[in-house]
Amino acid sequence: MASLALSELKLSHFRSHKHARIDADGRPVVLYGPNGAGKTNILEAVSLFSPGRGLRHASAADMARRPESLGWKLSGVLHSLHQIHEIDITCQEGGARQVRIDEKAAPQLALGRIARVLWLVPSMDRLWIEGAEGRRRFLDRITMSFTPAHGDATLAYDKAMRERNRLLKDMVRDPHWYRALETQMAEAGAVIHANRQAALVHLAAAQDQAETAFPTATLDLIAGDAGMPETSDDFCAALADNRPRDMAAGRSLIGPHRADLFATYAAKDVPARDCSTGEQKALLVSLILANARALARDFGAPPLLLLDEVAAHLDADRRGALYHEITALGAQAWMTGTEMTLFDTLGDAAMYVKITEIDGLSQVAQHDA
Amino acid sequence: MNSTRDIDALIDLMAKLPGLGPRSARRAVLHLIRKRALLLTPLADLMQSVAVTARECLNCGNIGTSDVCDICASHKRGNGLICVVEDVADLWAMERAGVFKGRYHVLGGTLSALDAIGPEDLRIPKLVDRVASEDITEVILALNATVDGQTTAHYIADQLDGRTLLTTLAQGVPIGGELDYLDDGTITAALNARKSI
Ligand SMILES: Nc1ncnc2c1ncn2[C@@H]1O[C@H](COP(=O)(O)OP(=O)(O)O)[C@@H](O)[C@H]1O
Ligand SMILES: [Mg+2]
Ligand SMILES: [Zn+2]
Repeated sequence: MASLALSELKLSHFRSHKHARIDADGRPVVLYGPNGAGKTNILEAVSLFSPGRGLRHASAADMARRPESLGWKLSGVLHSLHQIHEIDITCQEGGARQVRIDEKAAPQLALGRIARVLWLVPSMDRLWIEGAEGRRRFLDRITMSFTPAHGDATLAYDKAMRERNRLLKDMVRDPHWYRALETQMAEAGAVIHANRQAALVHLAAAQDQAETAFPTATLDLIAGDAGMPETSDDFCAALADNRPRDMAAGRSLIGPHRADLFATYAAKDVPARDCSTGEQKALLVSLILANARALARDFGAPPLLLLDEVAAHLDADRRGALYHEITALGAQAWMTGTEMTLFDTLGDAAMYVKITEIDGLSQVAQHDA
Repeated sequence: MNSTRDIDALIDLMAKLPGLGPRSARRAVLHLIRKRALLLTPLADLMQSVAVTARECLNCGNIGTSDVCDICASHKRGNGLICVVEDVADLWAMERAGVFKGRYHVLGGTLSALDAIGPEDLRIPKLVDRVASEDITEVILALNATVDGQTTAHYIADQLDGRTLLTTLAQGVPIGGELDYLDDGTITAALNARKSI
């Protein structure tokens, strides 16, 4: 068993799956089958074993199997370093998601301390071209994989900012109230900024030291138009100075929520957004693999990797190189594709799950190569 | 189900209590009825009387049966210390731990713009008054480690800045962990290791 892996994954009334069970060992899991069969739904289920809304960023209600919409349940056995945890994630009809670890209720963020999950999905193919929000989310997921407490800082920051935005919108003028919120935004914001920078240093080191078939990406954290003060005191003062402008805008204009991630294809010195579709994909794969290598060293185990339709845009050589790096790392990678032949070179190094769909119901059948 | 309508209504009401659900409410009501003389009648009498007498202390917001609660009325508790808590349940938790010898101030919630709770909705102006009128030397902010709790703590600290010593409970109070849920030992340790802000 890999040092971080899910065995026994069970899905109940989750999206197109009524009852599905996959008994994985530590090997990569190949999910193959026609479009719409329910492959990505399984990756989404695995992504929920980390904090946040999963790889579709969907609400818990959307995940309930239609037409019944009764609520859903996921359970899995997580092997994390030398421990084994039973994890249940449930959602009652109309309720919020609830996590239980070893039969005890736990906050979602607790998952981040025992599991590490990274993913690449087709919608990220446009990550370098589209808006900054997607890149921030990508960066924060990387950052949280190195520093789980990044999740706490992000939650605190967002909450304090939403509170302050409400004061701005309501034209409240009580300076004490603003200062109380700005103090907290500044503290959490400085932590967020420092964590992100540290994560980029980790990634750069992991790319430098690696022999890989994938191109190196140089990453820069950009502060956004208004800049990002380095210390929490400066940030706090800047927020106070900015109140009139923020009030006119009805929201906070400076801070880590305005940051962006800028990537360059290092060998060519070309911004990622100007690279070919295939090159952009290769850069993303490269970063995910670098992140995985860094975690193998720092955390003690490579993360769970969720690679949705990863074979698209990668030629046969690159695909082979990817599978080789995954098996060399010993990562439990969950990969999807329409044809099993896309994964030929993996052979016995992976296990296979055929997914089909009959009358809107996904069917799952696992087998060896 | 062969209960009468009143008994069903009683079960429904009991099920609305914190910590009780429909099943435990049914068991509780059955138990009460079986112990009619020992439990049900005295409970009914007490509830009737508390419904009339329970009120908030005009000074600190504690709940008691007179306009000024026992703690505020006691001269022994007037040692110059005020412990600020969000809720009466927190005050009672502190009292259970039995370490704090001063008086309290119950805010009745936390600041939250999103929930439309402003300073006027909390007992903050009254706290500022008390610091001036009761010879207060130290105000201990025992608020939850949530964003709203800390916003309220910063806000109050800002209002009282320079007027008295301000302290907070020490680390060891879990993030978002409400006082009410902590055991006595943790509360005692947090109080003894409080630090100034
Ligand atoms: N909440 C839901 N209830 C039932 N079916 C759903 C739900 N959400 C998505 N689906 C169905 O799941 C299918 C898509 O599954 P997906 O895993 O994305 O397919 P693929 O195998 O192509 O990755 C679609 O047919 C969609 O209608
Ligand atoms: Mg898919
Ligand atoms: Zn009182």
